[in-house]
Amino acid sequence: MAPRIGVVTFPGSLDDHDALRAVGLCGAEPVSLWHGSDSVAGVDAVILPGGFSYGDYLRCGAIAAFAPVMTEVIAAAEAGMPVLGICNGFQVLCEAQLLPGALIRNERQTFVCRDQRLRVASVDTAWTSALTLGQEITLVLKNGEGRYVADADTLDRLEGEGRVVFRYLDNPNGSLSDIAGVCNRRGNVVGLMPHPEHNVEALTSPSLDGRALFESVLDFLTARV
Amino acid sequence: MARVVVDVMPKPEILDPQGKAVTGALDRLGFSGLTVRQGKRFEVEVDGEVTAARLAEIRDAAEKLLANTVIETFDVRLDQA
Repeated sequence: MAPRIGVVTFPGSLDDHDALRAVGLCGAEPVSLWHGSDSVAGVDAVILPGGFSYGDYLRCGAIAAFAPVMTEVIAAAEAGMPVLGICNGFQVLCEAQLLPGALIRNERQTFVCRDQRLRVASVDTAWTSALTLGQEITLVLKNGEGRYVADADTLDRLEGEGRVVFRYLDNPNGSLSDIAGVCNRRGNVVGLMPHPEHNVEALTSPSLDGRALFESVLDFLTARV
Repeated sequence: MARVVVDVMPKPEILDPQGKAVTGALDRLGFSGLTVRQGKRFEVEVDGEVTAARLAEIRDAAEKLLANTVIETFDVRLDQA
């Protein structure tokens, strides 16, 4: 039986359907999860998708971090379940303190929308094992508040523990240390600003590099069963 | 009804692109020598009396939700006006 991967829809989520479609294309069973539910329906992994949850009110991801479904997502993440936060989902994971740091407004105040070149900086995570360390990939990037910041101690810790997962090759937003994605200590929770779910089909994307993230977690879940 | 004000500001070491843009616009309008940092002000209407315990509770709420202490500082005070 194919692993079941849930995608949470918050009010204002945009990319939940693309994420569900990517999950299906890569061989897992996609499961829609609702922000107001207090259950993750027994899924094997969870994706928090891109968009503008709760209208980006207060701070991006701040209100979604306290949505009812997040209680179980946080508990499952702490117990080792793979969780991927994409763009707004990354912001939610930082606000929920599952990942360190924060995402603030881009350095030049502009909304960035482009095909972004990235360097894979860690393959020791549930979501990047199918990639190669140092590999260059291209994923869609589209956000206004994607500038990763954290204090110097946190940055040192992330570097020391190998928890920077993706780096920008031509930093588009002023993110510290060119950080595009990070993971928790265990490597099961990953957040990144670029959108792997938009790079899974030749019809609509110039690269298929996003597939590797979904294939990685499928490997991870299949190996574990 | 009593009112408590919570001011939230980006930490000094965090770049504040909004404040920087406002600073630039002021300069172009001829208001020179003014550097702006932009934050948020929350006005909290409180049922009943604002006791020390109630203030502590609001401080807790500010730390949990109103501010992200990774990037922001906050200040909680009773609005005397």
